[in-house]
Amino acid sequence: MKSDEPLYWRSLEELASTAEFRAFVEDEFPNRAPDWNNPDSRRGFLRVMGASILLVGAAACTKQPKEVIVPYVRQPEELIPGKPLFYATAMSVAGVATGVLAESHLGRPTKIEGNPEHSASLGATDSAMQASVLTLYDPDRSQTVTHNGSISSWGSFITALAGARDVAGLKNGLGFRILTGTVTSPTLATQIQDFLTEFPAAKWHQYDPCGRHSARAGAMAAFGKPLNTIYRFDRADVIVSLDSDFLSATVPGNLRYARDYSSRRRAAAENPNVAPSRLYIAENAPSVTGSMADHHFRMTAGGVAGFTADLARGGTGAASPEARAVLKDLEAHRGSSIVIAGEHQPPQVHAFVHAINQALGNTGKTVIYTDAVEASPVDEISSIADLVKDMRDGAVETLLILGGNPVYDAPADLNFLDALKRVKLRAHLGLYSSETADWCHWHVPEAHYLESWSDARAYDGTASIVQPLIMPLYGGKTPHEVMNILANHADQSAHDTVRGYWQAYHKSDDFDDFWHISLHDGVIAGTALPEILPLTAKAIDQAAIASLGATAPAGLEIVFRPDPSVGDGTMSNNAWLQEMPKPPNKMTWDNAVWISSKSAERYGVTTGDVVEIEFQGRKVDGAVWIMPGHADESLTVHFGYGRTRAGKVADGIGFDAYALRGTGALWQGTGVNIKRKSGGYKFANTQHTQTMEERDPFRAATYAEFHKDPEFARPEEKRVAKDLSLFPQWEYKQHKWGMSIDLNSCTGCNACTIACQSENNIPVVGKEEVAKGRHMNWLRVDRYFKGPLDDPEMYFQPVPCMHCENALCELVCPVAATVHSAEGLNEMVYNRCVGTRYCSNNCPYKVRRFNFFLYADWDTQSLFGVRNPDVSVRSRGVMEKCSYCVQRINSAKIDAEERDQPVKDGDIVTACQQACPAQAIVFGDLNDPNSRVANLKRQQRDYGLLEELNTRPRTTYLARLRNPNPDLEKG
Amino acid sequence: MAQIFHRSSNSLAKISIVAVLLLLCGTVWAAYKINAGSFITDVDVAPAQPVPFSHKHHVGDDGIDCRYCHTSVETSSFAGLPPTETCMSCHSQIWANAELLEPVRASFRTGKSIEWTRIHDLPDFVYFNHSIHVNKGIGCSTCHGRVDQMPLTYKVNTLYMQWCIECHRDPAQFVRPRDQVFSMTYQYPENQPELGARLVKEYKIQSLTDCVTCHR
Repeated sequence: MKSDEPLYWRSLEELASTAEFRAFVEDEFPNRAPDWNNPDSRRGFLRVMGASILLVGAAACTKQPKEVIVPYVRQPEELIPGKPLFYATAMSVAGVATGVLAESHLGRPTKIEGNPEHSASLGATDSAMQASVLTLYDPDRSQTVTHNGSISSWGSFITALAGARDVAGLKNGLGFRILTGTVTSPTLATQIQDFLTEFPAAKWHQYDPCGRHSARAGAMAAFGKPLNTIYRFDRADVIVSLDSDFLSATVPGNLRYARDYSSRRRAAAENPNVAPSRLYIAENAPSVTGSMADHHFRMTAGGVAGFTADLARGGTGAASPEARAVLKDLEAHRGSSIVIAGEHQPPQVHAFVHAINQALGNTGKTVIYTDAVEASPVDEISSIADLVKDMRDGAVETLLILGGNPVYDAPADLNFLDALKRVKLRAHLGLYSSETADWCHWHVPEAHYLESWSDARAYDGTASIVQPLIMPLYGGKTPHEVMNILANHADQSAHDTVRGYWQAYHKSDDFDDFWHISLHDGVIAGTALPEILPLTAKAIDQAAIASLGATAPAGLEIVFRPDPSVGDGTMSNNAWLQEMPKPPNKMTWDNAVWISSKSAERYGVTTGDVVEIEFQGRKVDGAVWIMPGHADESLTVHFGYGRTRAGKVADGIGFDAYALRGTGALWQGTGVNIKRKSGGYKFANTQHTQTMEERDPFRAATYAEFHKDPEFARPEEKRVAKDLSLFPQWEYKQHKWGMSIDLNSCTGCNACTIACQSENNIPVVGKEEVAKGRHMNWLRVDRYFKGPLDDPEMYFQPVPCMHCENALCELVCPVAATVHSAEGLNEMVYNRCVGTRYCSNNCPYKVRRFNFFLYADWDTQSLFGVRNPDVSVRSRGVMEKCSYCVQRINSAKIDAEERDQPVKDGDIVTACQQACPAQAIVFGDLNDPNSRVANLKRQQRDYGLLEELNTRPRTTYLARLRNPNPDLEKG
Repeated sequence: MAQIFHRSSNSLAKISIVAVLLLLCGTVWAAYKINAGSFITDVDVAPAQPVPFSHKHHVGDDGIDCRYCHTSVETSSFAGLPPTETCMSCHSQIWANAELLEPVRASFRTGKSIEWTRIHDLPDFVYFNHSIHVNKGIGCSTCHGRVDQMPLTYKVNTLYMQWCIECHRDPAQFVRPRDQVFSMTYQYPENQPELGARLVKEYKIQSLTDCVTCHR
């Protein structure tokens, strides 16, 4: 390595330090020149300026418009205008629920928070949950019942569906099929089962494109039952993840897992008597879990099976030195280790892992088994394959699709659409008039979960009632109401159906109390599934090991994964998620074919090349992205793109990876060919902009190094004398707000970014503007690579406004639009801002965002609903940035003052802090010596970003600590 | 060479300099006056309302407390406007057939709200909070004037930032004992400077002039 190469680097171009890259970095808002298209620019400019000055003068003379004030006719008792209400409900992804508290302003849901009482949330949320409130107001949602493409009515649909049921009823329901996603809702499952009891020849199929197919099949293989596995990362000393991204949204319970994992790591950093856990991960593409790992074994997704077999050989039998070292560590921590198989690894790997955990004595300690969370666990791939076969054979007369979008996301080799066309009556319930809705006779708009009565189970079986906050905006219906048609009581509401189910569950006089407590708490007490003990996993013999070890065929591999932002595609049309930079490559508005630099060289492709991917005879064109840390001989593609009927946001962006996927290779397969077609595809990444150069912004050390040199995070040359100023220090008499961000806990999941977007009415700008470096997120998560190009360590660092005590932005504002408050907040006064952008130019952290255009949507009525009424909606030409959620500070201060009490530590929780599953962000008063944030800042790991500039940042970081295995440390 | 300009040009020049200066000052003065006048500020202007509701009658004559209708003034940023139901709690019995009250009855019948014209309308980037002001001893009439003497409601203050800041810089001028907050007839005593200073201390009132106190 050359000595002048930066220790941390952020992209391949930076590492290469090309001339283009230097030019790009030096221009803070790149590519801005072409915006001015006028050829005779100076004269035109003066003309336009002259006219604008006149217009501004004229506009200033307008009077404030008359506004009306509209009181209730009958005001609900619990409602105080100006104060939000919070309701407990639950959001499900692929059937599995996480409890939320939804904030409602005058009956309008505006923000999602986690439910602290709910075991899967403990108060945290992920980015999809935060963004779900935008989906509620999405103007592209389907808004009316349609029949053969024409507007129809719910009444006509009832008649049509009841008619189909009666016809099928003559033959015991023969030819009547229902297709749902994975169902955990006890009420819906009971409704469907009741229907099947009445019409025994009818059939129920379940299919979720990114469901837990492998985990279910693996448990079947190991235990003969589709058991559910729960992990206790807080009790684990050694964790071996076999391609499991358990800290990201692909794994049910991930928010809880992130909390448990980080709490253990944090405790070890704060107390030398607590041993830190050690995380090993084997994976093909960098993930957020991989970024947290102490050891990252880069291998193809197919190679993970071989690694698993190696582990299963045990002791000295393992072939690779990595496996031997991992095994030694596991053996030393019997009963306090976890081996976890990836959701997308084949069932055999899962079966092996169950046996390994049992052999290590982890079962019942760190690995808990319960009955399945699903109401009726089935092999969903054969379930949909059966359906397609029957449709093709003409055995299906009526198909009722409750949610889901199989035309888009069913395995491509099934040709779902061809088979679907043979069904006589096709009805679809869905949030959007999707690809599937297009081919159905009937389409019924589905109610969003914030509009629905329902119920669902969490990763550990805890049931929650889903309650609506608002009447369906577009007359949406729940699956319960559709099933009620089939049960011949179409007039029964979803509320009565769900309540009816739980009334039968809780047969007691105090049912009303039970119901209200369950609704209030957001969890139904005592519904978590009990642990199953004792339990014996099927032992693995040498033959099985040999066969699993031999299952990695050579050749280029393709790996299918849900997208880190939009998941399986159900939330594709959500602009917040589209513009959320995907953690490993900070890409927005696109998916790409990820490939390692070595493989890229071998196959003659580079970033921005459009390649034709051919897999099992199916072809799709996608653009290549060279991903540092990606395994060689492997391609990773993500679902959720290439939509044609998603809506205005998602249509036509990216490529459709489902079109390549077959039932035989659900998650990975070899034998893929790529052929370069053209080059020059432009991605919109937030990665290159706002680079911090070689200033060591992210600091990390091992636990051992930390104990030897506790001051490593704040070396001598970075320290600045406290009084290094010509002016006397300002005395903060009352409060002194500050924030601490623990890089040892942060996984880079982006929940904070979207929480901030939701709380602070931050607009989206679109792909073109992102490419110009104009994304608006107040809180960005920087990603750094460290080490060799093909296998670097990956680190994440959230960067909000630092609220510097010596704020450089304030010095250069000609109109005092950014000034300091008496409590140390760096205030941004939108109405003073004239848009010189000097402040942004002078900000060393590049956290200021400028409204180059009117980014906020001032026209679409339905989107007004999602806005937080406590925060201004900014207009064009105004600078904005993180305010430390000053609306929350003010509201907490007012509450405390009215109670005549001081603001307590914990009264003020910023939106990012509230969302963080790892509790990495802590906000509070630095003048209170006992506050959590003050305690954290006294830690030796505490350091400020660029504090050597004497900016005195109020947001500081706690350095990352790693716990590598000494046996594996590279010399 | 003959003079190009006549002698009178000198005086003309002097006069025009003065005239231009006067004109400039006059324009500025006029602009200021217009801006501070009720044409722009709407001070003292009672707009038309769907029902000619009289605070004078309800507060002054009937003695109804502010909080009977503005229920959330002590707990929320928004003082609250009474729902139609509150009007009807009396007006289903008295003046039950009055022509004037037909919009109220219609609202109650149809479930459609009465749309009142907003009188105290702050710009959208200002976040005012009623409860903290009321709880810290700022009386209703300090800002809203003697509504008990207003047959039709109008505003008595501009609600300009200059006006807000005047009190925020020195709250002692306007604070009153908490038990007098809802009194319409309260008069600031002679010794307001001393009383104000004492109350500021007692109620722990801060002089908050940070931008983010009101703008965010």
